[in-house]
Amino acid sequence: MGGGTGNFLRALAASKGGLIGAVLLLAFVLLTAAAPLLPVPGPTQSNLRARLQPPTLSLTEIGAHPLGTDNIGRDMLSRILHGGQLTLAVGAAAVVLGGVVGVLLGIVAGYRGGMWDRVLMRLVDIQLAFPLMLLALIIAAALGPSVRNLIIVLALTSWTRYARIVRGQTLAVREREFVQSARAIAASPWRIMTRHILPNVMTPALVVATLELARVIILEAALSFLGLGVQPPWPSWGRMLAEGRTYMASAWWIAAFPGLAIMLTVLSVNLLGDWLRDYFDPKLK
Amino acid sequence: MSAAAASAGPILAVENLKRHYVTAGFLGRGKYTVKAVDGVSFAIGRGETFGLVGESGSGKSTTGRLVLRLEEPTSGRVRFEGEDISALPQSALKPVRRRMQIVFQDPYAALNPRMTVGNFVGEPLVVHGVAPDREDRMARVAALFRKVGLDPRFVDRYPHQFSGGQRQRVGIARAIALEPSLIVADEPITALDVSIQAQIINLFQDLQEQLGLAYLFIAHDLSMVRYLCHRLAVMWRGRIVELGPTEAIFEDPRHPYTKALLSSVPIPDPDRERNRQRLVFDPDTLRAAPDQPMVEVAAGHFVLA
Repeated sequence: MGGGTGNFLRALAASKGGLIGAVLLLAFVLLTAAAPLLPVPGPTQSNLRARLQPPTLSLTEIGAHPLGTDNIGRDMLSRILHGGQLTLAVGAAAVVLGGVVGVLLGIVAGYRGGMWDRVLMRLVDIQLAFPLMLLALIIAAALGPSVRNLIIVLALTSWTRYARIVRGQTLAVREREFVQSARAIAASPWRIMTRHILPNVMTPALVVATLELARVIILEAALSFLGLGVQPPWPSWGRMLAEGRTYMASAWWIAAFPGLAIMLTVLSVNLLGDWLRDYFDPKLK
Repeated sequence: MSAAAASAGPILAVENLKRHYVTAGFLGRGKYTVKAVDGVSFAIGRGETFGLVGESGSGKSTTGRLVLRLEEPTSGRVRFEGEDISALPQSALKPVRRRMQIVFQDPYAALNPRMTVGNFVGEPLVVHGVAPDREDRMARVAALFRKVGLDPRFVDRYPHQFSGGQRQRVGIARAIALEPSLIVADEPITALDVSIQAQIINLFQDLQEQLGLAYLFIAHDLSMVRYLCHRLAVMWRGRIVELGPTEAIFEDPRHPYTKALLSSVPIPDPDRERNRQRLVFDPDTLRAAPDQPMVEVAAGHFVLA
């Protein structure tokens, strides 16, 4: 993998999709992170006299709302920027948490085999057989709805996908001769799993991660819609999308802009993930 | 069985080694046993090259892996440098693994594609704590690269940047990093171009001279075996059917399978090649009793009659 940061950035700049994805994602991250500093109204500040205003391009008008306002007159731009903080942070945290757990357990199940494999894979089956909404309700009821619990629920639905794919990949890599060679020099199982297997199963895990980020963002929307995730009045893209549904016919912008934000984020992540997969494949360098 | 080498204190002595795979049929029915290795005995002296030949599926590679305890034997004994290693737990094998190494057949699968060749060659030094200091280690790796005929400037490259022959050299450098006394070479030249094969064979011979290595050389290329090996065992269906000095076996093969195997070697002379008779044999007539001993037909030349 090597090469250092300079090489990485140069390769990124030379790619089309990777660069677009990276710039787009970076723009979203920076804009949402900087939302409190931007000259927009507060995301929860309502103005009942300015309800359901359509998007406008005239920025000169005092109190203009470039992306319109929602049903109680909150500025859509501000809500999208602030809501993105939560959506992106929750999505990233859930993907990382689920990914780390899933990849580790997948490697252990695949490499150790036997009892480890049987127990871990049955755990995956149980997890997959468990209705997601029930799980979310139980956790929300037991621990109370909070951002932390939302991340736990999302990671719980996510780790199984990594575990299954990584386990299968591990089974294939385990039989390769360089793993035998590592055993022949008495390398510890930990060393074999982290140095020899992990780097060779990361590519599919990375692809799963990009798909999972998209899925998790949408799932976060569904859970927040049910009141199990982000609590109103604080916005998240999923909640906004859900709230906007009611007004689809009369005020399309309430649902359209959060939807567009989700779509662009997911697209940028997928573009970046595509490029990362190629970059980490030494054969394509 | 008493097919042990005559030389005093063999580095490796294998006694009645067996590896049976039990295959369960559908719903536990039709269970049957594959006897991949079925009572193999031989011994290798220090600095000796011992060839193990046979067709695909004869159990020669499995034998090599059993010797290294990369696979667990069903029964039998492996003595390495006088110590019975077949009963040791894997955790107790670490000092033994320093002394015996393996070189694989496929130079494409034998290297970790995500590890630089320098780190790959240096890994045994890390695992055994030989050179914990990175600078010291890289110096040793560079020396190993030179020893196997690779440019030390290539240490930071990845396997895909090398040719098959170079990769095999990387694999050999890793195998000799801990200065072992025995190397199991599992068809190390089979996957290489013919032009490269001779270079690798020469490298094996040079290293043997320099380091006093013994080789268990698993192969099916009989001309290479004849050139390289001091003694030879012919395996067929999990058993050694003939064992003896290489020349004795090539000049005077006794077992029908050995005769058929040797008759399959093409002769690089069109006139003689045209007249070469390929012997065929009926495998079913050759099923020896499970406990049948080998018979010594000449000094050190044994046949499973």
